[in-house]
Amino acid sequence: MLKVNNIEVVYNDVILVLKGISLEVPEGGVVALLGANGAGKTTTLKAISGILDSENGDLEDGEIEFMDEPIHRMDPDRIVRLGITMVPEGRRVFEDLNVVENIMIGGHVRRDRAQVRKDLDMIFDYFPVLADRKGQLAIFLSGGEQQMLVIGRALISKPRLMMLDEPSLGLAPLLVREIFGMLKRINSEQNTGILLVEQNARIALNFARYGYIMENGKIMLDGPRELLMENEDVKEFYLGVTDEDKKKSYANVKHYKRRKRWLS
Amino acid sequence: MDGGLLFFFQLLVSGVAVGCLYALVALGFVLILKATDILNFAQGEVIMISAFICYFLVTTLHLPFLVAVLITCAAAGLMGILTERLVLRPMLGEPVFAVVMVTIGLSIFLRSMTGILFGHNNLVFPSPFPKETVKMGGIILSQTQIWIMISTLALIIAFFLFFKYSRMGLAMRGTADDQNVAQLMGISVKRVFAMIWAVSFVSAAVAGIFLANVMVINLGLSFVAVSAFPAIILGGLESIPGAIIGGLAIGIIENLAGGYLDQIIGGGVKDVTPFVVLFLILMVRPYGLFGKKEIERV
Ligand SMILES: Nc1ncnc2c1ncn2[C@@H]1O[C@H](COP(=O)(O)OP(=O)(O)OP(=O)(O)O)[C@@H](O)[C@H]1O
Ligand SMILES: [Mg+2]
Repeated sequence: MLKVNNIEVVYNDVILVLKGISLEVPEGGVVALLGANGAGKTTTLKAISGILDSENGDLEDGEIEFMDEPIHRMDPDRIVRLGITMVPEGRRVFEDLNVVENIMIGGHVRRDRAQVRKDLDMIFDYFPVLADRKGQLAIFLSGGEQQMLVIGRALISKPRLMMLDEPSLGLAPLLVREIFGMLKRINSEQNTGILLVEQNARIALNFARYGYIMENGKIMLDGPRELLMENEDVKEFYLGVTDEDKKKSYANVKHYKRRKRWLS
Repeated sequence: MDGGLLFFFQLLVSGVAVGCLYALVALGFVLILKATDILNFAQGEVIMISAFICYFLVTTLHLPFLVAVLITCAAAGLMGILTERLVLRPMLGEPVFAVVMVTIGLSIFLRSMTGILFGHNNLVFPSPFPKETVKMGGIILSQTQIWIMISTLALIIAFFLFFKYSRMGLAMRGTADDQNVAQLMGISVKRVFAMIWAVSFVSAAVAGIFLANVMVINLGLSFVAVSAFPAIILGGLESIPGAIIGGLAIGIIENLAGGYLDQIIGGGVKDVTPFVVLFLILMVRPYGLFGKKEIERV
């Protein structure tokens, strides 16, 4: 469904941030994009959404296709109309709008206005807490409620692909589990494809079926989640599992080598 | 009612009428300011040009007043869209300061064009409202004043409904709130900005048409924009209800001050009152009644 082919992104004409990223999300698939701070995960999502312009970023090379249509030259509103909606990082609610208005604005691209009103109930069905806060200004919601709100706001556009940027950030584990449970339900009930950006690899790999690991603007590793979870490097650097009992000296050498490879 | 109280209410109500005009002018400023962070210095010229256009439609083309009003509003809306397209959009990404300078340039351009097209004479608008005054509970009002209040109220209600319930209105509020996220919702920010300029110019046009009914029309009409500044500051710069309440408050204060103090000082109080108020607000509450108190951490 989504094909990103070897894209390069430059900020301010000089800073090369993405150095040839390729990834794919199949129809209804759940894919995770992992990586440390500054790896370029958010930039990748921005490139797909077509909003690099407003940040002085430029797609210098590569193509992005969605449903076999090139989208990398399109305005962001057309991309949303085609069915890609992004939930940006940091729970960016419209603070001066109430809960219902926040969700309704997510349906901006839809022509069937009456149906949008009905779909509001579907959102409240997924996130019942929001139903209790209908008229409240979004700024007064808790962090978890705001995260649910921005997911609901994206969902009402009926996306074929929803891209989420670190939805777990700063939320309590219980809440994170609840939100990912809902995302799973949305994925299976609506057949919405999900591209999930996370720093928390444990959460992401529990959720996604396929993962890409990014470092320094490149994809270092990708594969089905079982494979990634078995991978020693992933275990050590992303899942925080270390085998203390292994021969220490040898492990250190390997550690060094591996780190070098990851960071080069 | 005794004479003193009646005098007070008379000043109050006619102050509301003046305040309505301030509110409309302030509204025009605030709409653009809120959505785009630009203080449009050409707003006064739009008011003036609308007055001229309406005058031209009524006197030269002999159109009925209402038709002239509608055409004037449509022309102002179109002017707003064109301004956004031709003047503002090429400035996208430039510092706000540079954009504001461009609006000053635009104001000079519009002023000269108006001078060329309509001349520099004082024109008197043939008022469509009957001359007879209306007496309500002892308070005497001209029909123009009454229509100013009714129209402003209608326009404010229309704006409220538009922003609260329409898809475009919601998109505008979202864009004013967070432009980047609005883009991610599939809102064309370019189109929203064009619409904002259009709505703002229509608001200015309505103010212009009514001003033409109470003042002579000449190039000086654009200075009412400056008199609306205290209203904008009082309202808190970026608040739409603030602009309306600020406008009404300034109108009322100005009229009361004029009514009571002119006899003592000997005239001219009305013209300075708004700026005295402005001075006081800036000292006591610089972010206005409805503005956000922004804390700058250094
Ligand atoms: N608007 C911008 N202008 C210049 N450089 C930028 C801009 N946005 C991001 N960068 C740089 O691009 C690199 C990648 O940033 P990006 O936000 O994509 O990383 P990320 O993987 O999302 O990180 P995080 O996990 O911290 O969110 C960083 O080095 C960052 O400094
Ligand atoms: Mg990021």
